Amino acid sequence: MNEQILGLVTGVAFGFLLQKGRVLRFDKQVAAMRLKDMTILKFMLTAILVGMVGLHLLAHFDVLAFKHKPMNLGAVGLGGLLFGAGWAVMGFCPGTSVGALGEGRWHAVFAIVGMLVGAAVYAELYPFFKRTVLAWKNFGPIALPETLGLNPWLVIALFWALCLALFVWFEKKRL
Amino acid sequence: MKWRTDDRGWNPYLAGALTGVLAIASVVATTRILGKTSYLGASTTFVRAAALLQRPVAREHVAAGEYYTETKIKVDWQFMVVVGIFLGALLSSLTDGSLRAEAVPPTWSQRFGPGVGKRAVGAILGGIVAMVGARMADGCPSGHGLSGMMQLSVSGFVALAFFFGTGIVVARLVYGGRNHE
Repeated sequence: MNEQILGLVTGVAFGFLLQKGRVLRFDKQVAAMRLKDMTILKFMLTAILVGMVGLHLLAHFDVLAFKHKPMNLGAVGLGGLLFGAGWAVMGFCPGTSVGALGEGRWHAVFAIVGMLVGAAVYAELYPFFKRTVLAWKNFGPIALPETLGLNPWLVIALFWALCLALFVWFEKKRL
Repeated sequence: MKWRTDDRGWNPYLAGALTGVLAIASVVATTRILGKTSYLGASTTFVRAAALLQRPVAREHVAAGEYYTETKIKVDWQFMVVVGIFLGALLSSLTDGSLRAEAVPPTWSQRFGPGVGKRAVGAILGGIVAMVGARMADGCPSGHGLSGMMQLSVSGFVALAFFFGTGIVVARLVYGGRNHE
């Protein structure tokens, strides 16, 4: 199968599930940040819990390889701060903005325009960032189990326990 | 706990679990079919789209750009995933009657009024800051949050903590506290 067709099929399924989960809404994203409605966290964490087990099983049998993004301290730290701040005002993340447009929330166009401008701004500033923020301290593509010196399945079990406790609390508080 | 939300959507735990299965299937599919392992993500596509939009008016500038050269400007697998998200959301909203034309989101309207202009300015400025941050961090809630945390990448956990931590603080400043309605 052709690369573009596979991408399109994957994206349609992803967009379908994002919409069914009701996580594309501006109001849901902002409500999660205001700790009033945890729908998007329930969705994200469940996806991570399931994906985590499946990917590690398949990696164990060499069906696939991990591609860890580098733990570049300045980049992830400062970039994470900027993203979080922009996300709160915009009310969408890159993936959900196009999905929101798909379900008729046409004001997502403004967020998409902003992000396209932001991508162009980043490209212009890239040589400067490369010499500064991106050059501070890069730990490389590291994974949690090796970093903590723990068996990956133990880390997964701990993460499952933590998330399940969080879910029980969300449901109890009706978040 | 109900399988259906009040507006005929799916329980977020169910939709999330199926998304986890989709993420696994898509990594296997790209590895097996394309011979190149790819994880779900979205923000790199905005760089490629920005370059494609600038090309007709500034061809040489785009060709000379270091970041564009490193990113390789093309309509690739992830680009089509992002196009697919639009179509999938449209399809889903048509099946359960949740397709709705919305000019200003309710939460924004309560805080800043129903004006489209104000919303446009907020979304564009927020979008610029967020995308500069996402490209600096090398990922968004899909690439770092979903794909990174599934692999137990340290960067995924740290990025999501920063995304949400800052989001909580800024949302409180912008929309008011928990009991402020």
